[in-house]
Amino acid sequence: MTDQQAQTPLLDAKGVSKRFGAVVALEDASLTISAGQIVALMGANGAGKSTFVKILTGALKPDTGHVRIRGTERRVGSPAEARRSGLVPVYQEPSLIPDLSIADNLRLGDTPVADFQHWVHELGIDGLHLDDMISALPLATLRILDLARALAVKPDVLLLDEMTAALPTDLVEKVLDTVRKQADAGQSVIYISHRFSEIAEICDRATVLRDGATVGDLPITPGVEEKVVELMLGAVLDKDPTRTSTAAHCPEGMPRVTVRNLAAGTKLQDVSLDLYRGEVLGVVALEGQGQDQLFDVLAGMDSPTAGTIALDGKTVSFNHPADAIAAGLSFVPGDRADGLLMERSVHENIALPQLARFAKWGAIGMKKEAATVKKAIDRLQIDTRAQGEVQRLSGGNQQKVTIGRWIAAGVDTLLLFDPTRGIDVRTKRQIYLLVRELAEQGAAVLYYTSELAEVPAACDRAVVIFNGKVVDVIEAADADEQTLMRAAYGLTASAAVSA
Amino acid sequence: MTRQFLRHGWTAGLLAILALLFVFTKIIQPDFGTSGLDSLSRAMLPFAFATAAMAVVVIAGGIDLSVASMMAVAGVTAAVLMDGAGDGMTAVAVVIVLLVGLTMGAINGALIVITRVPDIVVTLAMLYVWEGVALLILNGPGGSATPWLRELIVGPFIVPWLPRSLVFLAVCLVAVWVPLKRSKLGLSIYAIGSNDLAAYRSGVSVGRTRIAAYAVCGLFAAIGGLTLTMSTGNGEPIPGPYLMASVAAVVLGGVVLGGGKGALLGPIIAVIILRLVRMDLTLLSVDPNVTTIVEGTIMVVVVMFGGVLAYRGRHK
Repeated sequence: MTDQQAQTPLLDAKGVSKRFGAVVALEDASLTISAGQIVALMGANGAGKSTFVKILTGALKPDTGHVRIRGTERRVGSPAEARRSGLVPVYQEPSLIPDLSIADNLRLGDTPVADFQHWVHELGIDGLHLDDMISALPLATLRILDLARALAVKPDVLLLDEMTAALPTDLVEKVLDTVRKQADAGQSVIYISHRFSEIAEICDRATVLRDGATVGDLPITPGVEEKVVELMLGAVLDKDPTRTSTAAHCPEGMPRVTVRNLAAGTKLQDVSLDLYRGEVLGVVALEGQGQDQLFDVLAGMDSPTAGTIALDGKTVSFNHPADAIAAGLSFVPGDRADGLLMERSVHENIALPQLARFAKWGAIGMKKEAATVKKAIDRLQIDTRAQGEVQRLSGGNQQKVTIGRWIAAGVDTLLLFDPTRGIDVRTKRQIYLLVRELAEQGAAVLYYTSELAEVPAACDRAVVIFNGKVVDVIEAADADEQTLMRAAYGLTASAAVSA
Repeated sequence: MTRQFLRHGWTAGLLAILALLFVFTKIIQPDFGTSGLDSLSRAMLPFAFATAAMAVVVIAGGIDLSVASMMAVAGVTAAVLMDGAGDGMTAVAVVIVLLVGLTMGAINGALIVITRVPDIVVTLAMLYVWEGVALLILNGPGGSATPWLRELIVGPFIVPWLPRSLVFLAVCLVAVWVPLKRSKLGLSIYAIGSNDLAAYRSGVSVGRTRIAAYAVCGLFAAIGGLTLTMSTGNGEPIPGPYLMASVAAVVLGGVVLGGGKGALLGPIIAVIILRLVRMDLTLLSVDPNVTTIVEGTIMVVVVMFGGVLAYRGRHK
């Protein structure tokens, strides 16, 4: 790298501000990146990260400040123009057209096919046909296709927004390796993730946003996590488990949910587990090990091909989600959009699951409902500026609503599927506490997470599913990330000892 | 293999229904032959163009309730311009009519994109606007159509069983649709119908694509209006029954309301099926009121059946 290149930053955003009506989304955001650098852009919910990303990618225009590429001011009004100016984003949600084939999607974005195929192969996805329809492909594959498509146009700056959120661990490693190699070859990357381990692994610097302003720009060194979190939150993060007792968890009495030798679809082979009242039972699994089907069956959306489910010792079978709900099983899907009425208010969304209950009480119910909902909203610490429509809340706040509504309604058994995907650490913490509060009220909680580090913090025990079968049950107190990782890859504790 | 079938299965199924219907028609009306085919084809022509117009905007994720009104504007414009015109003037008139159609469609699209009022509201409003415009141009049936233009859709083409009107339809649709489908604009139309956010992120100019889709809709509606004038010989300012018929054929033809899926061939076959059913029921002297009930039933049954097949295909 010559001095000239080192001195003129490739991308330089300074003093960027943006208001939406009365709401100040960004006040003074800055970001500088030189060739070959990977910069982590970090910030808690509502720090203005998404707005900043939209401005960098050209989806929004800043009110003040500038974005310069190679010293030239850039005035772009659309993602298409941002692309041409050398900044290519990969968004948190797949941005491929579901009803078109892969080939048509490439044609739409003028992506060179040979380069695309090279990157798909490099990232470890094989057996794809260019005429495969996007809608038929699994989410993890789509994320990789998005990345391959971005890499294929050889951007100067690659912006990865929560790229790894929905990926299984093996693909995450591939992506991180590839991104680091690209950076070593001179490409610049803006990397947005809530996972410190990934940032520590590949990033050179971290730029931290808080309340719409850049509050720090730190080189990544060992132990920088605490400093970054401090900058993000203005306070040190509480990493302790949410469990109240430090002793190993020992459930007693009749299990609330007993699953025996359950099989469904092509992936779920043989799963048995006991879920007790008052506990949070983690489910640990790599992508596609059958956990989706397990939750679908428990929520009454799919029928098992073998095995039994019993509630409080009584065998049940569900023909419809309504049966599961009537039996007290509440499912919170991983995709927030599946669980919320996006156009309706926070109030209505929280009140919805309990309407039937309040209706019984007639006129008095109205007041009681309003009071309970008010209490729930206060408890959730939801940013109240956008209460009118849930879709205007940030992702983390939406997720708090999906879980908080069950606290207000009073829930018997909660099935949480990856509730913290793509949410910042502070909100994650609040969600663990909400889940714990539910368990302490006597609820039984089944908790699948794609992020292994959450298990010791949020759960009491964890069942490990590999290839559709339960291969291990781990006390959360003994579960560090490495133990869980080995287990998730099918290396059981006993095998690990003998090895 | 399965993929190919799922993609074209709907059209193949419609073709099978159509073949059965022709056999059925021949049974109940042994005289049905070239002249019957010719009149069927000609009667279907305006419906077919209305359907093509509707299909394009539905694929783009929209809807256009002003299709029949735009046909009326195009029809009377053609009739007024061609009244007593020579050959050269006729050609100019046709070009003007097509431009008028494109413009009306583009206005619809631009209003939707700029005002951000929902498409169904904007085009409902424009239904009345275009209807008024048609009546301003011609306050009652009138004008005329140049004879050689009328000849284009009358009688057989080369072989006796091939109606000219059908060839006319095929030529017009192919001339517009094939280049469109091959172009990036065509791809963009499918893209915004499938997921407009993803399309935006892929670099598609969503607003411009939407306006273009409505413009193509206007173009097809204009050709439809032209065929009305061609077949009747004069301009009719009151919109015909083409709006609901076009939505019905689009749905029956495998274009999903909401966008992103389907093509033009399916809806066109669906138009023929719906016309043929109506003709057969008339031949059987079934009460016309019952006819509409049968048509509605066919639509629900076919769409439901297709849904079941698609579901089975996904879950194998």
